[in-house]
Amino acid sequence: MKKFAIGAMIAGTTMLSPLVASAQTEIQFWHAFTGRLGELVDAQVVAFNGGQSDYKVVASHKGNYSETLNAGIAAFRAGEQPDILMVFEVGTATMMGAKGAVKPVFQVMADAGASFDQDAYIGAVKGYYTDTDGQMLSLPFNSSTPVLWVNRDALTAAGIDADVDLSTWDKIGPVLDQLKAAGSTCPLTTAWQSWIHLENLSAYHNVPFATKDNGFAGLDAELAFNSPLQVKHVQTMGDWAKDGKFIYAGRRNEGGANFRAGECALFTESSAGYAGIKAEAKFAFDVRPLPYWEGVEGAPLNTIIGGASLWVMEGKDEANYKGVAEFLNYLSSTPVQAQWHQDTGYLPITAAAGDATREAGFYEANPGTDIAVIQMTTNTPTANSKGIRLGNFDQIRTIIDEELEGVWSGGKDAQTALDSAVTRGNELLRRFEAASR
Amino acid sequence: MEKRVTFKGWKLPLLLILPQVFVSAVFFFYPAVQAIWQSMFIPDPFGLSTRFVGLGNFEYLFSNSHYRASFVTTAVFSLLVTLCSMVPALFLAVLADRLVKGAGTYRTLLIWPYAIAPAVAGVLWLFMFNTRIGIVSWYLGKLGYDWNHVLNGAEAMGLVVVASSWGRISYNFLFFFAALQAVPKSVIEAAAIDGARFWRRFFTIVLPLISPTTFFLLVVNVVYAFFETFGVIHTITGGGPQQSTTILVYKVFSDGFVGQDLGSSAAQSVILLVVVGALTVVQFKFLEKRVHY
Amino acid sequence: MALFSQDEPTGMVERRGAGLWLTHVLMICGVLVVFFPIWLAFVASTVTQADIVSPPLPLIPGGHFWDNYSRALFSGVNVPVGTMLVNSLIMAIGIAVGKIVISLLSAFAIVYFRFPGRNLFFWLIFLTLMLPVEVRIVPTYEVVASFGMLNSYSGLIFPLIASATATFLFRQFYLTVPDELAEAARVDGASPMRFFWDIILPMSRTNIAALFVILFIYGWNQYLWPLLVTTDPEMNTIVMGIKQMFPSGDDLADWPVIMATSILAMVPPIFVVVSMQKLFIRGLVDSEK
Repeated sequence: MKKFAIGAMIAGTTMLSPLVASAQTEIQFWHAFTGRLGELVDAQVVAFNGGQSDYKVVASHKGNYSETLNAGIAAFRAGEQPDILMVFEVGTATMMGAKGAVKPVFQVMADAGASFDQDAYIGAVKGYYTDTDGQMLSLPFNSSTPVLWVNRDALTAAGIDADVDLSTWDKIGPVLDQLKAAGSTCPLTTAWQSWIHLENLSAYHNVPFATKDNGFAGLDAELAFNSPLQVKHVQTMGDWAKDGKFIYAGRRNEGGANFRAGECALFTESSAGYAGIKAEAKFAFDVRPLPYWEGVEGAPLNTIIGGASLWVMEGKDEANYKGVAEFLNYLSSTPVQAQWHQDTGYLPITAAAGDATREAGFYEANPGTDIAVIQMTTNTPTANSKGIRLGNFDQIRTIIDEELEGVWSGGKDAQTALDSAVTRGNELLRRFEAASR
Repeated sequence: MEKRVTFKGWKLPLLLILPQVFVSAVFFFYPAVQAIWQSMFIPDPFGLSTRFVGLGNFEYLFSNSHYRASFVTTAVFSLLVTLCSMVPALFLAVLADRLVKGAGTYRTLLIWPYAIAPAVAGVLWLFMFNTRIGIVSWYLGKLGYDWNHVLNGAEAMGLVVVASSWGRISYNFLFFFAALQAVPKSVIEAAAIDGARFWRRFFTIVLPLISPTTFFLLVVNVVYAFFETFGVIHTITGGGPQQSTTILVYKVFSDGFVGQDLGSSAAQSVILLVVVGALTVVQFKFLEKRVHY
Repeated sequence: MALFSQDEPTGMVERRGAGLWLTHVLMICGVLVVFFPIWLAFVASTVTQADIVSPPLPLIPGGHFWDNYSRALFSGVNVPVGTMLVNSLIMAIGIAVGKIVISLLSAFAIVYFRFPGRNLFFWLIFLTLMLPVEVRIVPTYEVVASFGMLNSYSGLIFPLIASATATFLFRQFYLTVPDELAEAARVDGASPMRFFWDIILPMSRTNIAALFVILFIYGWNQYLWPLLVTTDPEMNTIVMGIKQMFPSGDDLADWPVIMATSILAMVPPIFVVVSMQKLFIRGLVDSEK
């Protein structure tokens, strides 16, 4: 039994609890970033810790988005939750439903007496994380939005003008035909199909993804993404897939590898794909706004975000919340945000950070990096384009993935697939409603 | 069978058995009872509230066509894994059994994959069949076959079956080889003198003689396919495309730990418990026979 | 079941001439097919990312062995692979030793004593055969969480050590120990524990070693359980850590490092199996019977 005792001891010492007590209040911050993004987060934390002496933020990486959320939930059940937990946008409804487990950000700020101007935040970013009264529940951290990536060399090789108009899906159709005819093995591919081709498609064209303002107005929302517009889009994509004009690579960002290797001409992906594409692509590339369908009233409206926000957990001391408020304010301060935006390709969360970036000449030096910002901010979001807030959304996305795969493989037509996704997704919504009551 | 000679006292044996009973009680029985209890509730993920639904979770599961489909998927998967791991293993064992020299070396080489974790095997096979960079899918493409297990359910199933069977070939080979070596030579020689051809001898004499081993391996491989292939599915397909590789154990995990639907996950655990129970009964019924054999 | 002997000529008749060569050729083909995935992983662990992302991958190793392996071992993706190896080692040894210790003791109690509740306990232990961890994951997870054992070695080890197979194996073995030995010990006035230490334990050596090999592999290859109870990358085991190295978002998969890690994850169990082949086969055949 000695072995276990030793094991337990090692386990104890490897945990992130400091052995020396200090006068500083410690703020635990769990996030999901590794690699370069992880280093950038660490740098922010170091800068914050160095800039004041009352609080010490301890950042820990807890795995990918799902795993970080699971770690947070498990820790809460065990009474060892962090002060700040990073949760991906899909988990928003789960966190909102957890009254008694999370402390809304606006509340944290008010209690701490910190200055907090909610209007400083970009509407389309903030909207995803506010309640129906417009109060911010969590602080947006990393947000991106889908754009169209273009391999200019591939277009030229197919005898197409690299500056061809790709603003609408109607115009993209003939371009795909030309690419295919010229022998392209991958005219178009995508990442995050549900997010881009259903969630964003709906918002961009001002049609509901779900009833009750996409779930913002109540737990009894029902999915609604089987209306004519979505069916038309998915059916078109399905036809393209059948003709080898749209190549499906996987549910996440598998298509990115194909695009970066130069195989694919067009690629719908998050604006945050910038760093990877810039690092690997050996061809001239372009960023264009996400295409829309002509003749749809109100289109293009605005796209919605993906990414994560920071939630403050319940059950901590007042001193901790003061520190949390200070840290969150630091994160959203203009220089920090502008730097983050420029380093990562994520959107700035405040208008001021975007302006600062523009004034610094960043967009001119890196053409295309402002497309996402423009796409998000030109129009005022409506109830259909504020965001999506549905319980069990991670699983609903999986269902959508499954049904879309049915269309891409030619096994189902778009109407059948989307109807089925809606039916199956609604079952999950009802279960979430039952659990939250 | 019992010992005739035993020691006296009851405190010492209780003390000796205590660690195992304690661990079993805390980590086996309590959780199993909990699973049954929880299967009648819908809790929220944070454990803040819970709602009694009786058999509601079970009704929900069985009314869900995708859960029922998962049973079929599991059955097909188990059957294929059992076949794909036993047939090649038997073939190799028959070959090895014919060799006087070198059988030991082949055996040493063939047992390697047994030591490799299913999850790691999944990564290796995924790497070979990766739709973009996989070497096998690349050569298939050259031959004009467009491999795409990301979209094609049958190909996805094929891939997880092969990846799951791979390591089991080693295991089955060892058992078949041992069984073949134990077949009395005199029986075979008698048949050979009668002029029976090799494969005829194999099917009429050898195969029936090693049938206890074959039955044993059948049961063990089905249990393996049911419970130990999670790593393969998780690394290669994540249950897709279109749930075509979502086996029951994978669903318990994805509903419980990805979807945070603890009620449904607990109910699925209970259903699995029944399945394991049935499999165990089969196993022991058979083992009993085997003892008398 | 008869154990193998490598050199004795046994088996079927007909092993001469062309038939013999054909057999060897088929055998070698079989071995090559079985080995191919491992070889490919090894090749991939010695080349650069660029070599991998532009197929086809060459079939002979490249020159980046040290580079990839040192990157994997000392920096890794989320956590150095060196750390994961240590975690796996502690977990595998912990499970093997733990299972062996508790089963040696409980089997001894069951075979050599008559005490109240003996049958009940026997059946309780027997029932655990029916409860693979996959079947009780959610509640077991909660038990472990409530003990504060998430992200700890005890959380990784304890829920996996109470298995009935080892207990049964030792019970079978003890039953074959001649009664005269226990009788003699009793006549000499030796205590039961003395008898256990001096007679039973030394006699069980081979069984213990054989079981250790099997249980080490079992522990090392665990996937689902470590995936659930270790949310802290510092506590990841190597087998589950590989999957964590695949990016979840927009990052790139670092294939050379992932494949180097896969190779590192295979080396210890393969080494154990191959170097202790006889014990391993004995353990396998005995523990499954």
